[in-house]
Order: sequence, then C-alpha cells, then structure tokens
Amino acid sequence: MSQPIAQTTTPVAGPHPTETRPYRQSLYEKSYLPLLGGMLVTIRHFFKNIFGLNKSYTIEYPEERRDYSHRFRGHHILTTRPDGSVRCVACFLCAQNCPAECIHIEAGEHPDVNIEKYPVVYEIDMLRCVFCGYCVDACPEEAIIMSNNYDMAYFTRDQSIVGKSDLMKPYTFDENLLGYRPSFPEEDVKRAQMRRGAFDLVAAAKQAQANGG
Amino acid sequence: MPTLAPPPPETRVGYDLDAVRAKFPAGSITTQEGAPWPTWIVRREILVDLARELRDNPATRLDLFVDLFGVDYPDRAERFEVVYNLYSLPFHARLFLKVAVREDDAVVPSLVKIWKGVDWFERELYDMFGLHVEGHPHLRRILCHEGFQGHPLRKDYDAARRWILTEDKIYKPHFDLPDGEDDLFERMTINIGPSHPAMHGTFRLMAVLDGETIIASDIEIGYLHRCFEKMAETHNWQQVIPYTDRLNYCSAFINNVGYCKTVEKMLGVEAPPKAVWARTILSEFSRIMDHCVCNGTTLVDAGALTNFWYMFQIREEIYGLLESVCGARLTVSACRIGGLIQNLPPDFEARCRTLLTMIPPFIKDVEDLVDKNRIWLDRSVGIASITGAEAVNWGWTGPCLRASGVAYDVRKAYPYDLYDTVEWEVPVLYGGDVYDRYRIRMLEIRQSLSIIRQLLDRGMPEGPHIVDDPHVALPSKDACYNQMEAMIYHFKLIMDGIQVPAGEAYTMVEGANGELGFYAISDGTGKPYRLHCRPPCFPIFSTFPQLINGGSLSDSIVSLGGLNVIAGELER
Ligand code: SF4
Ligand code: SF4
Repeated sequence: MSQPIAQTTTPVAGPHPTETRPYRQSLYEKSYLPLLGGMLVTIRHFFKNIFGLNKSYTIEYPEERRDYSHRFRGHHILTTRPDGSVRCVACFLCAQNCPAECIHIEAGEHPDVNIEKYPVVYEIDMLRCVFCGYCVDACPEEAIIMSNNYDMAYFTRDQSIVGKSDLMKPYTFDENLLGYRPSFPEEDVKRAQMRRGAFDLVAAAKQAQANGG
Repeated sequence: MPTLAPPPPETRVGYDLDAVRAKFPAGSITTQEGAPWPTWIVRREILVDLARELRDNPATRLDLFVDLFGVDYPDRAERFEVVYNLYSLPFHARLFLKVAVREDDAVVPSLVKIWKGVDWFERELYDMFGLHVEGHPHLRRILCHEGFQGHPLRKDYDAARRWILTEDKIYKPHFDLPDGEDDLFERMTINIGPSHPAMHGTFRLMAVLDGETIIASDIEIGYLHRCFEKMAETHNWQQVIPYTDRLNYCSAFINNVGYCKTVEKMLGVEAPPKAVWARTILSEFSRIMDHCVCNGTTLVDAGALTNFWYMFQIREEIYGLLESVCGARLTVSACRIGGLIQNLPPDFEARCRTLLTMIPPFIKDVEDLVDKNRIWLDRSVGIASITGAEAVNWGWTGPCLRASGVAYDVRKAYPYDLYDTVEWEVPVLYGGDVYDRYRIRMLEIRQSLSIIRQLLDRGMPEGPHIVDDPHVALPSKDACYNQMEAMIYHFKLIMDGIQVPAGEAYTMVEGANGELGFYAISDGTGKPYRLHCRPPCFPIFSTFPQLINGGSLSDSIVSLGGLNVIAGELER
C-alpha cells in the first residue's frame, strides 16, 4: 500500500525509484461496499439542496448578477469635470502603458489655456483590451477609471471600438458599481473625497435619473 | 540602481564539479563570472560527453534536465547561445551550461540520448531560432506550424509578421510503430482534438489503434502559441505581467509571483513583508484551485461528474477572494514588480478564514466519493504509470514527479517567500500512476491549507504593499497628483519603464504543476532582452505518447487529465 512519506529536509539522496508501487485494493474496496459511503455523500447533498441548506453557486444571469468587489476591472469610464466636459488631458500615458495597445487617442487644443489639451478622439478596442487596469494606473488625472460593468457584447467588430461619448456615458451607475480606480472608498474616504472625479460622474448620473432621464 | 543580488549558496557535501571538469581538455570549459547561478561556458565538441559525465559522475549526478533555450545576440561573432539548465536531485545543486554557435554553423548536438525530456526543447530551439540539432530523431517545428517562415525569436524577426497555414502544410503525424507484424489491416488511426472536450485545451492526439489498444501515438501542439517570449521583448518589464497570467491560467497568480521575483532579483529590491505574506497565501490558494480543477476534470473524464461540482465550488470561492484583492478572477495580474497591485482589502483575513473552513468539507466529500471507490480505482491504479527514475529523465517536476516517489519541491529545495518559516511537508507517493497523481494533489491541498492557516495566525504584517522606490513602483496617486517630484517619477516610469540593470537572472517558484522558472536577460534598455519561461508541463506532456502507448484508448483520456497539462503554458 502506498503511504505518503513526510519529507521535511531538502531533497532526496539515493537512487530514484525504478519501479512503481501502485495502490493495492483491499478486499473491502474490491467488494464495491465503499460506494455506499459515496452514495451517502450525494444523498446528503441532495437533501441539503432540496431544503436550500447548500449555497447555490449557479447564477441565473442576466436576471441575477454576480456580486463583485469595488475593485472589479470592467468597462472603462472616462470621468468628467463638474461642468460635464471630459477630464482627460490627452497626455497619452494610458496608451503608452497599455500592454494590449488598444487605446487610440487624438489630441486637440483645449479652449481653456489652463487645460491645454483634450482628446478629440478617445477609443478603446474592447476586444483587444485585457482589462488589466494599467491605463488606470498610468493616468495622472484620474480621468480613466473602471466600472463594475462586465457585460459587453457586440454584433460587429466595429462596435467593439468604444469611443469617447460611450466611455463618458454614465450608465446607471451608483457608487457601488464603480470598479478598479485609484481610490477605494472603503480604504481612504478622505482621499476619495479629495479627488471627486469619479464621484461627480456618479452624482451626475443620479441627478439625471432623478430628473427622469 | 542596486546591483544584482549574489548567487544563492549551493554547497552540499560531496558535490564536486571539478571532478568532472578535470576529465575534459583545459580550455574547453570556462566558468562564467558574475552569472546568477554556477554557469559553464562549454565548447560544442565536448557537450555530449560532458552532459553524460555530469549526469553519471557520482560527484555531480545532475540527473534532472530542467530547461533548454536559446538566446540570439546578432552583434556577437558567435550569434546564438544555447543555455542548458541542469539540476542534481541528490546533491541539490544547479548548473547552467552555455554553448555558443556561429550563424553560418548553427548546429548543436542533441542530448536526447542522455535526457529524454530534452526532445521537445530541442525542437523548440529549432523552431524558434533555426538552430539545427544534430542527432535529433525527428527535428521539426513544434510550436509554430509548418507553413511558418523564419524563426520568431531571432532578433531580426518582426513580431508583427503573420503566416497562413495552407492545407498542404498540415502536420503529418510521426508514429514509432513497433517493428514486426505490419498487419495494417487491423489498425486504425484516429484523431482526437484539437477541439475535443477530453483534450483539456487545444491538443491534437493521433493514435494508431489495434482494437481498443493504442500501439503508437503522436501529439501536435501549438494551437495556442502566441510567442509570449517574443511579445515580452516588445514590452517593458511591467507590461509583461498580464502576459504571464496567460501561461498557466488555472493558477495565474503563481506566474505573476514567479515573474516578479525574477525582475526583483535583477533590480535588487525585495517586496515588503506584507506583499510577501499575501503572495504566499494567494499562491497557496491558487495551488489549491489548480489542483481542484485538475482533479475535478480528471474525475469527469472517468465519468465521476459529481466531484467536479464540489471541486469547482472551491475554485469559485477562491476566485472571489482573488477578485476582491485585484479585480479579476482568472487573469489576475495581481502582482507588480516590487509588491502587489493594491493594498489588501480590509476583509482579506476574514475571507481567507472563511475559505479555510469552507474548503475541507468539500475535499472530504470528494475523498469519500472516490478514494475507495472501486470504479475509480480500476480506472486509475496502474494507468499511465512511470517510475521515478524515468520521470526524472523526462524532466518531470511538481506533483506528477512526487507521485512517482521523488520528493523535489522548489518550495523546500529553494525556499522563497515565507515557505521556510512555516511547518509543512512534501507528500510523496510511489505509484506513479493516475491514482497517485490524484491522491498527491489531495494531500497537497491539505498542506497548502495548513500553510495558509499558519500564516493567517501570524497576522498580516503592517506596512506598504509595494516597495517605496520611485524607480520601481509607481508613486501613490495621492503623491502623483500633488507633488511635482512624484509626478516626474510617474511619467518616467510609464514612458521608459523600469530600468532593469544589464544582467541575467533565473528564479523559479513551485507552480501548481512543477518548477516554473523565468530566465530573464536585460541589456539595460527598459525592455527584456530575452525572457524565457520554463514551462513545467512541457516536458511532462512530451512523455504522453510513451505513457499511453500500449494502453486502451479510454485510459489515455484519464491519464491526460491527471498530468495537468495547461495549453496556455505548454504553448506559450
Ligand atoms: S485595461 Fe489594460 S488592456 Fe485595457 S485599455 Fe486599459 S491598459 Fe489597455
Ligand atoms: S492617462 Fe489619463 S489624462 Fe492621460 S490620456 Fe490617458 S486618460 Fe487622458
């Protein structure tokens, strides 16, 4: 019968086994009797499932949705300034840091001299994106963050290239649906308040909903 | 910038490289100074004899062939360098051999007669670099298809080139048919895969059957090949991390750790205690998850579907934990060079403890169902068995090797992170068959749980989750927004990448299916000059035809599951 041998020092000296010693079935095992023990396990689970004592791991998507943490790396959001304009200053850091090379930016002159630049075109190819969050890491302006939204389905490949307006579109976000972003409220509320970018967006979305939008 | 860390000490009584060295003419072997591990630069002429001597000499006994890969230096007179990575199980010592060859004479001798596991590695060398391997029984491409032109890992190959596979170039199987009776009338050749549910990935198995019995077989791999190693050369060091996720995607976190440790070693930085602690815990959880997937699917292949549900519930919960740390379930990218992606969530410890209470009942249920179940025993005991000595010769590592009676575990042999501060054991079994590979994983899950429990009892270390070094880690967002200096570092790091000093490093971690190593070479430009991943399941899977020949067709399906071959890692 093969028994596990505890080995606590570093490696084995001596020759390596040149023959195998397979497990030998006992008479009891050969009799098929242990199957009854297995049967008990399944019967137990059966009744537990019937009476709802087991946690069910199947999620009836899309009626039911998985509960993700606040760090989930889902669909991107371009955050906005309080006046609703895009926060991004087209510095290209996110495009540079993207390992999948799926961010396309075209910069333009911003009318406000303090801001200098803004993205005329900002596109992310969602079929190329690997949702690594490197763009969020790279952004020095908290202009790009991620949401909890993971259902992205497209009919054509062209649709998968998501442009600026769609990235800025406040879905039906509330604070619980924000994903990977530099400040996590549960960790550092103060910092989150300080940099309100993400939350302006949430407030705007809520406002829009309240206004019947 | 700090310099490379000194090589780890490797002294074992009786280990004597000079005993071998003295047998060869002076000047044919030179020791490379400043290499991360003991390294010999060897003349090509003596390579075969030297390899045999190193394996057999009682003073060295470098019996485990770990790895082989090439490096291209277009500027050197001897353009290609081939690196052999050997390990001595009895002496616990490692030796690297390097052989340099010129481009107009790009030939290296084959070591297949010495280590069987070298077979596929040499084919890969030919495929990736175009080096001819003299004496190899059937040298052809392995990861790229036959319609591919050029050799992708050569520096002058453009990473964006694509080649179309035409019908006439489709892989022709190569069978080592037994001699003697050539009664072809009774034989049938069948094809399984590449998209067959029993192939667990995208492998293509071709088997010559005589009735139900496989008399010869061949496998074609490479359907998932994306040339990870070339892609790494076109990205900066940090950007490689998402690529490593996709190696062994069942335990992506361990790949992250292995890669980050390699780069950290080159940089001479160390992850802070909190990151090390979390890395150890999450690596063990990933290992549990990987073992669950492997055992669950193996049992499904044998028809025991129920276990699959129990095992996958464990995986489901561990994915939840990983997601709460880093925001993704499968391709986690949870490590950064120098630490972790984010600080740990406040409920991290609580979640881990919940998992610790949740996992054992499921493991027990599965064991109750199948451990003594005669149906499973009949399907698995003695199937696809391999002896320890054979497995070592084939370059096996990990649970599959330990199921054959050889207790090699990187976590014990070269303890990293916190593995030498906790008490745990390396389980070993001697059956070398599908059943023992299944059992060993169950035993290892228990060990992993014990490691995690001890670490949790110790409590989470205080401090940052990533090193405080602006040359390595991005400054905190707070600093980046508000301080000019931090902002400049931030820009520098993103635009130029981490500046890894020129040099080489090899580090290995115990992946869920064996020794997972990364050999990195930097030329100081901010991108890897060469990054090689030592895929644990590559040598294991190369044994597969030998394991299944002579067995029945249905057994081959069960044995594939037990080997835990992951296409993403196999084909890189
Ligand atoms: S998540 Fe990663 S792959 Fe996707 S856009 Fe951002 S950086 Fe690129
Ligand atoms: S890094 Fe931020 S500010 Fe810069 S281009 Fe990207 S989203 Fe815009």
